[in-house]
Amino acid sequence: MTALLSFAYLVSGICFIMALRGLSSPETAKSGNMYGMFGMALAIVTTLFLLPNIIPQISYNLIIAGVVIGGAIGTFIAYRIQMTALPQLVAAFHSLVGLAAVFVAIAAYLSPEAYGIGVAGNIHGGSLVEMGLGLAIGAITFTGSIIAFGKLQGLISGKPVTFPMQHPLNALLGISIVGLIVMLVVQQDVSIVMALTVVSLLLGILLIIPIGGADMPVVISMLNSYSGWAACGIGFTLQNPLLIITGALVGASGAILSYIMCKGMNRSIFNVILGGFGAEAGGASAGGSAVDRPVKSGSAEDAAFILKNASSVIIVPGYGMAVAQAQHALREMCDLLKKEGVSVRYAIHPVAGRMPGHMNVLLAEANVPYDEVFELDEINRDFGMSDVAFVIGANDVTNPAAKTDPKSPIFGMPILDVEKAKTVLFIKRSMASGYAGVENELFYRANTMMLFGDAKKMCELIVKSIGGGH
Amino acid sequence: MPGDIFYGNYMPEKILNQPVLTEAATQAAQHAATSDFFITGLTVFVLACFVGYYVVWRVTPALHSPLMAVTNAVSSVIIVGALIAAGPALINTSTILGFLAVVLASINIFGGFIVTRRMLQMYKKKEKKA
Repeated sequence: MTALLSFAYLVSGICFIMALRGLSSPETAKSGNMYGMFGMALAIVTTLFLLPNIIPQISYNLIIAGVVIGGAIGTFIAYRIQMTALPQLVAAFHSLVGLAAVFVAIAAYLSPEAYGIGVAGNIHGGSLVEMGLGLAIGAITFTGSIIAFGKLQGLISGKPVTFPMQHPLNALLGISIVGLIVMLVVQQDVSIVMALTVVSLLLGILLIIPIGGADMPVVISMLNSYSGWAACGIGFTLQNPLLIITGALVGASGAILSYIMCKGMNRSIFNVILGGFGAEAGGASAGGSAVDRPVKSGSAEDAAFILKNASSVIIVPGYGMAVAQAQHALREMCDLLKKEGVSVRYAIHPVAGRMPGHMNVLLAEANVPYDEVFELDEINRDFGMSDVAFVIGANDVTNPAAKTDPKSPIFGMPILDVEKAKTVLFIKRSMASGYAGVENELFYRANTMMLFGDAKKMCELIVKSIGGGH
Repeated sequence: MPGDIFYGNYMPEKILNQPVLTEAATQAAQHAATSDFFITGLTVFVLACFVGYYVVWRVTPALHSPLMAVTNAVSSVIIVGALIAAGPALINTSTILGFLAVVLASINIFGGFIVTRRMLQMYKKKEKKA
């Protein structure tokens, strides 16, 4: 019977792999998600079967209450959340996994018998190390994700917060975590567990606070990865292969996403983690920027005229589109253009938005078919053959300085070559520089027309001018 | 006891906990079991990392957001540990922590899978012109 239960765990592990495997294409993704749900249900049911075997006097009251309360809250949030708020939601969810890992680790420390890792006060050394690691990573994930949530939700300033001795302090905290885990093995005392928790919670805050808002794609992916490693740590403690498999999958996924995001910005992961990006650069260029250069700006009518007469248009959305909730108005505009016989496609930079794939979800929400949406390397060569590049809420990812100016902080970052299009239309609220604090030379080019205003309103005005208003 | 049918692997643990065996012997045997698992666990871990690596690289960038949401839901499999902590009839700190962990993990499981489904339902192909 136990063999059967172990087999059930294996099946749910495979289901989780299938869930990720399904995401290789939008067509298979939905069935992949079903596999994931089934795998999770199987894991829970299997554990419930196992429980009477491990726990002498069992009561299902707390378990049922917990699943019902948690399930109701989770379902409510998932149905209510707006797609633009997705990054915050994911950050918040990460924090919950982290906190759950902390609770499980402490519970395992308090009643090790139930987990078969020794008796209270005399837990095996190896289990203590694994437990300590799971606890520490879980705690860092918890507070780190809360800070990320705060930054994304606008509760905390998105600007990088830096202070002197920041990195030595973090290093010190990191070393104390290792020291505390060693102490825990030597001398099993609940106060050491508490100290370890507190130090890890603090480190989580300090690690994320210096990282600026636009680096959030990396941060979220990193925290995603951490939540996986925390599950792994708990898996080793509980000697549960399913937790280890799942933790490793999630850990690998987060790590790969972090890598892709870093590559999209041409920065090393250390550069991102150490933080402070954009803070100094912003100060420097504000002082040295050449003001009063002539800029060509146009109205919605001008834009409508140019767009209507184009034969191919590439839309470049960025975080600004999400902020202005302009995706629906944008799609309406593109529908009209398509009716006029204009070919419309979308180009997405890897780091556009606040989480990996953020723009794709928003466009999908606005009913843009996914086969009109292209990644940077798929579409970049086509800008030269396009009549109009329509930049909406993006800035740094189009800045040619990344290719031409070795002194620029974004030098080497892969960019969308919008400047190669015959005309560049740039929707922007003002001439302010982007997140990296770098001026975009594109604004002053002869083939660029700036459309000043709110992205959503501008799209609606263009729709009216094209003739959708009737 | 209803649990007795699932004896299997748990039998050594049960026998070891009998007072007949000396504490030292108990510890030694349990220690051996733990280090045995470490190697098994490490094997599973390393192989799973490789599987994860290859599977995730195949995920299309357009679905990176659903990937994050679903990995988030899946990592809540930590609920398995929470269920064990929340199970005992006698309520103490450890069961309370277990209960809280069950609540948190459930929020994630339900929230994560549902939000993933919501996202995936929005991805549509271009309609063929009639």
